[in-house]
Amino acid sequence: MQLTLEFGGGLELLCDSEKIHKVNVDLPNGADDFTMKHLLSWVRTNLIKERPEMFMKGDTVRPGVLVLVNDCDWELSGQLDTTIEEKDVIVFISTLHGG
Amino acid sequence: MEANGGDSSEIVRELEELKLRKTEIEDRISTLEAKLHDTTAVERCDAVSNGYSYPTVPALEHGLSPDQIYRYSRQLLLPSFAIEGQSNLLKSSVLVIGAGGLGSPALLYLAACGVGRLGIIDHDVVELNNMHRQIIHTEAFIGHPKVKSAAAACRSINSTIKIDEYVEALRTSNALEILSQYDIIVDATDNPPSRYMISDCCVLLGKPLVSGAALGMDGQLTVYNHNGGPCYRCLFPTPPPTTACQRCSDSGVLGVVPGVIGCLQALETIKLASMVGEPLSERMLLFDALSARIRIVKIRGRSSLCTVCGDNSSFNKQKFKDFDYEDFTQFPLVAGPLNLIPAESRISSKEFKEILQKKERHVLLDVRPSHHYKIVSLPDSLNIPLANLEARLNELTSALKEKEDDHINTVSCTNPGLYVVCRRGNDSQSAVQYLRDLGFSSAKDIIGGLEAWAADVNPNFPTY
Ligand SMILES: [Zn+2]
Repeated sequence: MQLTLEFGGGLELLCDSEKIHKVNVDLPNGADDFTMKHLLSWVRTNLIKERPEMFMKGDTVRPGVLVLVNDCDWELSGQLDTTIEEKDVIVFISTLHGG
Repeated sequence: MEANGGDSSEIVRELEELKLRKTEIEDRISTLEAKLHDTTAVERCDAVSNGYSYPTVPALEHGLSPDQIYRYSRQLLLPSFAIEGQSNLLKSSVLVIGAGGLGSPALLYLAACGVGRLGIIDHDVVELNNMHRQIIHTEAFIGHPKVKSAAAACRSINSTIKIDEYVEALRTSNALEILSQYDIIVDATDNPPSRYMISDCCVLLGKPLVSGAALGMDGQLTVYNHNGGPCYRCLFPTPPPTTACQRCSDSGVLGVVPGVIGCLQALETIKLASMVGEPLSERMLLFDALSARIRIVKIRGRSSLCTVCGDNSSFNKQKFKDFDYEDFTQFPLVAGPLNLIPAESRISSKEFKEILQKKERHVLLDVRPSHHYKIVSLPDSLNIPLANLEARLNELTSALKEKEDDHINTVSCTNPGLYVVCRRGNDSQSAVQYLRDLGFSSAKDIIGGLEAWAADVNPNFPTY
């Protein structure tokens, strides 16, 4: 399954300062759907190069990170249970406080 | 040059004073000119000429004076804005919290467009390293309160609106009283505790909040607590770890990035105040300057479980006043020095100067990031950034060993000292704490870092 992953608000620094990643992911054995839960663990294993605690806390993203599935807050689609489909665009963005 | 040092600082001081007075006088002139313009306009209407009395202009229903019609004509000509939009704007009041990178353009546009009453709150003073992004301020105001500078700039653009100045930090003790006087609140601050405090206060008072943020090459914008939309806590119930909270003064920012977001904050405020258009509520604008992309995403609505605006929230004004936002976010409301280690592990920059003069054997460890070190550094210092200290300890050990070996040729028999410096004296304390735990018992931090060195020892040492 082909997905586009984007990191912003400083999170790109955790994956070689690369903002956009076109990736191919496979459905884990025994799973019916590919969910955000699967994707997060895939990202952590395959893309996050340093300080994983700046990306995740427990099995979800750390406080202050917004997750957008096709430009829509993942709160509206079921958070970790959101089903991901071919060609979806998932954005991880850290909130900014500066001014 | 040394001999004239006293004279030149005298001249600089006088110059600054004169420049400030000049700005104040110009400010006063433009206020008086505007007043005179208004008065003569009225007198013209009342004048009797050749026995014919011109009828005074009948009071117009929308309440705009002839001067206002002329001043705002380009907005009145917009069919979607028109006289109703302008009339609403003139009746509205807006509080801008923070007169920095975001507040600068926001305030300029809000003053220019004719918001009836504009409040400005900030505790800070104008500094030279603000000028690249805080475009409302001029060099004449360096060292003076940002609020005074911003208010003068707004008045010189539009002397007909009311401007309130608050030269103070926003705290739980004054927030309710100040925010309650305004229709719309603009969050142009730069730190997490302020953002939570302002949002909570807006929920309690039922005020819409236009929130902007910028750092590095990224910006974000949304409108909270508007028309049943979410508050800041609905989106971020738990504060981020402090390591994820960077300030522009530490991480850098390209000046125009907060400029863009500040302009958009003015735009959203104008839309709310004039009741025109569709506010950016339940949506967020993400600005990526480097790749020239703006994306607008749909965000969650109000959360019924929100501890502040939710259905079963017990949050009230008393709880707000008692809430410790600095403790909640583990982040100071006002940037200041930390005291992490005991006094005996620290020396002042003046004491370090004496160590240099006495040629006492020592290693000076600079723990700033390497791109900081390249801007400026003290001679004979060893740069190991705090983040790499653990991995590069061997470099420190061998530097100390080298100094110890030197001692064979000298009469002194003390161990070499280890002094740690950074930009402001916070990271250096963390480093000393870490090094002492590892057994580097002579490690001491230079209080206040290179900024203190520049302030107290060498005024020619560049700060940034
Ligand atoms: Zn809420």
